[in-house]
Order: sequence, then structure tokens, then C-alpha cells
Amino acid sequence: MQNHVPFLLYFLMLFPLLIGALALVNRWSSLFKKFIYPGVIVLIVVSIGLLAIGLKGSPIFVPAHFSWIEPFMLIIEVLLAAYILFLALRRKDMIVSILIAVQTGLLLWFHFGAGHSAHVENNLFIDLFSVIMGLIIGVIGSLIAMYAVGYMEDFHAHHEEVKDRRPLFLGLIFIFLSAMFGVCFSNNLMWLLFFWEITTVCSFILIGYKQDDQSIANSFLALRWNLLGGLAFLIGIIVLFKTHHTIALNEMMSLPGTLVLLPVALLCFAGLTKSAQLPCSSWLVGAMVAPTPVSALLHSSTMVKAGVYLVLRFAHQLQGTTLGLFVAMVGLITFLIGSFICISQNDAKKILAYSTIANLGLIILCAGVGTYEAVWAGILLIIFHAVAKGLLFLCVGGIEHETGSRQVEDMTGLIVRMPKVSVMLQIGIAGMFLAPFGMLISKWAVLRAMIDFSPFSAVFLIFGSAATLFFWVKWLGKVLIVDKPYENIEKGIPTGQWIAMGTLSVLTVFICGFFAWVAHNLIDPYVAAIYGNVMVLSKGNIVIMGIMLLMVCLFPLTFLDYGSGVKLSDPYLAGANVGHKGQYQAALEVKDMEMKNYYLNDYFNEERLMYLGVILGVLFVLGLFVLGGA
Amino acid sequence: MSIKILLSYLVLAPIVGGLLAGLDRRVTARMQNRIGPPILQPFYDVLKLFKKETLVVRPSQTLYIEFFFVLTVFTGALFFAGGDLLLIIFALTLAGVFFVLGGFKASSPYSVIGAHREALQMMSYEPALMMVAVGMYMVTKSFQITDIIHYPKSLIMVLPGVFLAFFFILPIKFRKSPFDLSTSHHAHQELVKGITTEFSGKTLAIIEMAHWYENVFVLAIVYLFFASNVWVGLSVSLLVFLSQMLIDNATARVRWQALVASSWLVALVLGGANIIYLMIRG
Repeated sequence: MQNHVPFLLYFLMLFPLLIGALALVNRWSSLFKKFIYPGVIVLIVVSIGLLAIGLKGSPIFVPAHFSWIEPFMLIIEVLLAAYILFLALRRKDMIVSILIAVQTGLLLWFHFGAGHSAHVENNLFIDLFSVIMGLIIGVIGSLIAMYAVGYMEDFHAHHEEVKDRRPLFLGLIFIFLSAMFGVCFSNNLMWLLFFWEITTVCSFILIGYKQDDQSIANSFLALRWNLLGGLAFLIGIIVLFKTHHTIALNEMMSLPGTLVLLPVALLCFAGLTKSAQLPCSSWLVGAMVAPTPVSALLHSSTMVKAGVYLVLRFAHQLQGTTLGLFVAMVGLITFLIGSFICISQNDAKKILAYSTIANLGLIILCAGVGTYEAVWAGILLIIFHAVAKGLLFLCVGGIEHETGSRQVEDMTGLIVRMPKVSVMLQIGIAGMFLAPFGMLISKWAVLRAMIDFSPFSAVFLIFGSAATLFFWVKWLGKVLIVDKPYENIEKGIPTGQWIAMGTLSVLTVFICGFFAWVAHNLIDPYVAAIYGNVMVLSKGNIVIMGIMLLMVCLFPLTFLDYGSGVKLSDPYLAGANVGHKGQYQAALEVKDMEMKNYYLNDYFNEERLMYLGVILGVLFVLGLFVLGGA
Repeated sequence: MSIKILLSYLVLAPIVGGLLAGLDRRVTARMQNRIGPPILQPFYDVLKLFKKETLVVRPSQTLYIEFFFVLTVFTGALFFAGGDLLLIIFALTLAGVFFVLGGFKASSPYSVIGAHREALQMMSYEPALMMVAVGMYMVTKSFQITDIIHYPKSLIMVLPGVFLAFFFILPIKFRKSPFDLSTSHHAHQELVKGITTEFSGKTLAIIEMAHWYENVFVLAIVYLFFASNVWVGLSVSLLVFLSQMLIDNATARVRWQALVASSWLVALVLGGANIIYLMIRG
């Protein structure tokens, strides 16, 4: 099987590109429609095939030397840069123009100057961490792409003012998948940067898809931060080359942390921007203007994970350094601030965005700490978060189309209006915060790692965790309230969306049941290869987790007992109940009862917390470079 | 050994919990210059509730409560089986979430506000409770109750701050003033009966019994701090329980702002200081 690794990697990097090309070229659109579903299935099957390589601790390297490839990448990069420069100049966005000009200048200077002598023995590689990322991209990414086809049809039916550019949309989604595979399989840092920048451009165009003022403004905001990160990435590579004469990821990782502090700091900063850590978080919140599949795919399940992927790669070098400490601090405050802000949010997508930022913060915290326990916990978080959060975004997308609103306040009675979707939504929410589901298992691991590293950091973690509990449970509760008779309105959801949401729901529960297996076969060998040590969760605790999972899964069975032995009555409304159950006789008229959620806006105000977060974020990032990188 | 303890917990906890509730009513009555009901009154109440009709607004609301009961008993069982303290706290949270969801599911304005307040109470006590786990782990190097309870020295000597932070949030768990925001045993409730407004008959009896189990579990955590000497542990736990009555009768219910702010601040300052002390001590 190991002989086929190069082909497997090429296939995963090129096949989505092919589907994307089919979508992009209008003439082939009928071909695209025919191939989309089989294509998605092939992609899922092949990514699962990554497991069949039977990787253990050590990576497999693939030379992948083609004489045309580097000039080809350069041409693409220059063309993209020219395109962005043109757009930025037209919009008079000086920051973007300067960033892109400087970056491209540096790139050309490096390529034709010093970098010309750079030689990387193996351009591609795969290890267990890449396999995990590949599975997330291949399985979850493909499912979201499948969801996107039906969703966009609905989207344009609902938004007639938006120009129908579906081929572009779907094409970019698939091209993005290719680039993500590239990010995870690249060993040559210049290649990694190339794919990294492709994801940035995909994200930029997709955020601006609606082409209204808001979307365009937010797409440029995202571009600014990501280009800044890209620039840091490039400078990091150049510094690394100047000091150690290498641009290979594996060689960089094998150097002692103290020797490569500055390049690691620069690459970590690039990771922080990509993962929307403070002070760069605002771009991810803004990115929520994009159609929901984009938010699900790029801005929660995969692209933002590229940032944490990169930082986690350097965890071993960050361990015990001042640089690592500052990276950890950025992650910690991002987790805290993000979790607190969620409490005051009513827009479901904003809750998901802030919670994504917070969870990425948790992973960054793990990477900065860099102990084997922390890295173990960080990878577990990546897996569980990708599944549950992807599911939540897809559910919210479906709900928004059917009810016309994505405010949590408008989700009253959802359990009756959209029973299946609301059950999936509940699975997703439970997956995010409730024992024994994935995110809680991960948080447990993070907590244990933090207590062993520095109990004081665990103290802060605890408060963020408590906030998480509150905002999820009130959303979960809101869905269950039935205040008046409703009609079922979920029939309009297309099959592709059902398949995507259903599979992710099953996965959310399934992975929890098999998390010990996942940890043992995928995470343990990777961590053991680096540290010689792995996180051990005692058998007894895993059994108890299993019992809890079984109990929670049995809860739906209690509904067999629905309505037996109870007598229906009206809610107490401090007045005479009239009409349907939820109405009462007020002084002059019959009124409906109304229930609103708590948002504690004076305490967990978005603007104030964000302001504080940005200040702290800037301080920590400065510390990262000044104290950590030197 | 642990199986025996586990079984006796399952049988004895509701009896002890019920008796404590009876004691509570008696002591409270004396504090208010009343004679008070017989010690066994809580049992009579629960038995009577079981015979009454169960009125509901939404049929499934009772299912959440039944599950809440099962999970609460499960949480205590994990504790008395000597399980992992962090897992026990997670199980407690899971149980609490089902209680809150029951309140939401009842779809009545009073129960929904009560459910929100219950969730706020959970958010308020969680940091202090987690700090108990962190602190005990730092001292005993284990999360297992079996290890913690057999630690030779008295934990209160090194965890006074953590204990005070935990003590501060106890009125939440015992549903006592000043932190009985979501529902209360007293009649002076501005939200009718808060989260339990729409629960009656068998379901209300189950909530009461879950509360008995929970009280025993919470007192068992208090016991952990003094576990090096059984009699000291038991008497301090009883004293702590009695102190709740005094606090209940001496304070007025606070608003949620004061609940969240004070419990977090106390946990951060006292618990945090204690943990820093342990870090320095090494």
C-alpha cells in the first residue's frame, strides 16, 4: 500500500481541482452536475483510504520533483496577486494593495535571488496528523460541498437580488478543497505557502459572493489579515533559509526550538491570523456574511484549522519557550473572550463564529504549551470541533432558509416546526459542550494538560468553560419551547442537504463512541513519535464515558413513554388561559405569551469584550515577537 | 468494597437526604420561632406527591426530569464508587442540563425564566467546583476519589481558599437564600415556583428525591476536605449543612448579577490564590 502513497496524494490534491474546473467552465456545467455526487463519494472513499496506508509514527516522504511545477506556481501566484491588486486599487484599499505588492515583490526577489538555490529533497509528505486533517477535509469537506449544491439553489430562490454565480461558487469550493489537501501534505514550505495563499483567495472571493457593500467590505477585511499572515509566513521562510539554508518543514521541525525562534514566531503569527485569534478575530465574524456552506467549510471545519495545524506542528519547539508562552496566552484570551461574547449573541451564525474562534483559541493554547498531553488534546479538539461545528452550521443554514431567520430568538418551537433538523441541531449543540460528547472529552484532556503544565492557566480555562455551558444550554432550551401550535415546514430541504446533515449527526455521536480507537490509532502514535510519551486516559474512565454515552443515546427511547400517565393542562400565566394554550385574557385583549432568552448584554457586551480582547491580543502578539522571537 | 458502598449509597442516600431535609425544616422553623413539622415530613410529602395526578403543559417535559433523576443518581454513584472527580463534575453538569431543559420544555414563562436562572446558577458554581477538583489533584496527584479520600493529611489545611470558594456556592446547590433564584422551598418566590412551576405529582416527587441524592453528594464533597479523620469529616459536613439554614434565614435572595459576579469573584480570588499558593509550594 505504501507504494501508492504518491498517487494517493496527487489524486487528493488534483481530483477536487478537476471537479472545480468542471464547475467553473460554464460549458461543462451539465457534466459537473452529473459528476458532482459520484465525485463527492469518490473523494470521501479515497480520503478514508488514507487510513489504509497503515501509517505509524514516522512520516512517508514523497519527492514530487517536476521541473515545471515551481514556475507554474509562481505564475499563478503573480496572476492572483495582480488580480487582487487590481481589485484593491479599484477600491482604494491601500493596506491590501501595499501588502500584496510587498509580498509579491519579496516572493519574486526570493525566487530569482537567494531562494533559487533552495532545494527540498521531498516536496510532499504524509504523517498521521496529515491523515487526520486529510480525513476532515475529505469527508467533512465533501459533505459540505454536497450540501452546498442544494443550498445554493435555494439561496438564489430566496435572494433574487444576488447575481447567480453558482459555477464560480461551487468551483471555488472544490478548488479550495484541493488547496487544503495541499496545505496538509506539503513539506516544502514554499508549496505550503502557495496553497495557503490559494485558500486565502478562495475565502476572499467566497466571502464577497453576494457583492453587496457589507460582503465586499468584510471580504477585504478578511483579506487584510490573511495577507498580513501570508507576508509573515513568507518572511519566516526567507529568515529560515538565510539562517539555516533550508525551506523544508521536516528539517525546520527537527531543529532545536531555540535556533529557529524567529521563523517559528513568524509562521505562528501566520497561523494566528488564519485561525482568527485575537487581535485578528474580527475578520472571521465578518466572514459570516457569506452563504452558510462557506462558513461551515472555510470558516469553521477546515480553512481556519490550517492555522492551528501549522502552529501545532511547531508545538514541540514552542514547549517551554517564552514564545510558546505568548502563543498560549493569545489562545487563552481568545478562548475566554470568544466564549464570553457568545453569551450576548442572538444571531446563530455569530454564536457559531465566536465559538469557533474560542475553540481555535483552545487549540492554540495547547500548541503554545506544547507538552505531549497538550498536543494530544489539541488534535482531539481539531477532530471533534470540525464534525460538530460543521453540523451546526449546516443546520443553521437549513433553518435560515425554511424560517427566514437565523436568530436564536426566532427558533421557538423549532422542535415542532422542523423536528428532524432540530434534533440534528441538538446533537450538534450537545456535541459542543455536553458530557460525554466530543468537545467535552477534548476539554477534559485540555484541562488535564493545563493542570499538569500550569494549574493557574487551568483556573482561567474553567471560567471560559462555565460560560460555554450557559450559552449552549439556553440555545438548546429555546429550540424545545413550544408556545403555540406550529406547522411542520421542513419538507423543502433537498436530499443532498439531508445526507450531509444526517451523516454529520451520526458522525458526531459515532466518533464519541470510538474516540478511544481514534486516539489509539491516529493520535497516540503521532504524539509518541515526537515526545516518546502519550496521554493516557484510564480504561475505567473510558468505560464510564461509554456508559454515559449509552445513557444519553437511550434518552430518545424514553419518548416511547410520551404522554403516558400525565394529564395535559395549560401553562400558568397569572391570568385566565384562553384560545390555544399559550394565550391569556389581559385587561383589554387576548394576548400571546412570549418568552425571550437571557443575553446578559451589560455583562458580556460584544463591543467592550472585543475591545479588551484586541488590546490584550496586540500586547501578546508584540510580546510574541519582541520577547519570544528574539 | 466499592460495590458495597455503591449499593448502600443507592439505598441510603435518599433516606439520609430525606432526613436531612426533615432536619432542615425543623431547624428552620425553630429559627423562625415555629415548632415545625415532624422530621419525617419530607417522606410524607413525597409519598403523597406520588399519589397525585401529574399535570403537564408539554408531555415530554417529564421525560427530561426522569432523566435528570437518573443522571443525578449516576453522578453520586460515580462518586461513591471512587471515580474520577472531573468526570463526576461533568456528569453533574449533564444531569443539571437535563433539569434546565425540562424547565424550558415546560414552555411556560415562569419555568423558562426559572430555567435560565438555573443555567446561570450552574455557570456560577461551576468554577468553584472545578477548582475543588484542580486543587485536590494538585495536592493528592490524583482525580480518583479513592486516592483523594485515602490521602493521609487533612486537605483543608492546604486548600482553605478552595474550600471557602466551594462553601460560598453551596447555597446554590442546597437551593437556599441568597442564591435560590431558580426555585426555592420557601413560599416567598417572585417567580411563582420558578423552574418547577409546571411540575406536579410524580414529577415533582422525583425532583425532590433527586435533590436528596444531590445533597448527600454535595456533603460528600465537603467531607473530602476533612476525610483524614472520619468523625471530623462527618461532623463538619453536618455543621456545613446546618450553616446553610442559618445563611438561608439570615439573607435575602440576590439578583442574578450579584450571583454571577460574587461567585466568580470569590472563586477567582480565593480559589485562584489557593492554587497559586500550591504552585509556589510545589
